[in-house]
Amino acid sequence: MADTSGITADSLKNKLTEALQAQHVEVEDLSGGCGQAFQAVIVSPQFESKTMLARHRLVNSALKAEIAAIHAWTPKCYTPEQWQALQQ
Amino acid sequence: MFSRAVASAFRPVSRPTFLRPVRSAIQFPSGPSIPSVLHARLLSNETRTAIDKAVSSAPVVLFMKGTPETPQCGFSRATIQILGLQGVDPKKFVAFNVLEDAELRSGVKEYSEWPTIPQLYLEKEFIGGCDILMSMHQNGELAKLLETKGVLVAADE
Repeated sequence: MADTSGITADSLKNKLTEALQAQHVEVEDLSGGCGQAFQAVIVSPQFESKTMLARHRLVNSALKAEIAAIHAWTPKCYTPEQWQALQQ
Repeated sequence: MFSRAVASAFRPVSRPTFLRPVRSAIQFPSGPSIPSVLHARLLSNETRTAIDKAVSSAPVVLFMKGTPETPQCGFSRATIQILGLQGVDPKKFVAFNVLEDAELRSGVKEYSEWPTIPQLYLEKEFIGGCDILMSMHQNGELAKLLETKGVLVAADE
């Protein structure tokens, strides 16, 4: 465990919730313990009328240091409406 | 786990010889040694110029880990498979292996302002990484874009 990234699903979730005023964040640690691989669902009104590239850039800038420290980062970015539609 | 999921979602590329080997003609300058703390933040002019050249070397340019034949990361593999499924013309495609060059590996992240590899460029424009390509592939945007740019293998070939 000495080689863990020090990054946890919770720390990512807190940071995303704060930085993007996200209404809903799910972060899943896929790394099996080393903290190197995460996937996330992020629902934020800040994604409105932004392309997917722009949404990812927004997320990446909020997590600059964290993403640099991990190997695999798979965000899925939805606006509140898109997320609501997906739930039905 | 990612590559396995992709492999089951999509059949392997039907043309195994689809993508030609990584071109290594462009030399990335090793440059003076820079303290490691600064290293990630400094994109030297030489490196920027070299990446400019790399990005302009073909209509479709991919920065990846490993080679198209032997990707060294599931995300790079998935990206290659998507380009293969889309029918990108090998003559209009070049891949650069960032694992062969530390300067390129860190430099391209800053150049694109994008923290991860792979990275796809289409006519010098940054399109995105694996996730973006995957969703563009699934929602049909990628097919439309590649068609518009004329980088697909002609149907009658």
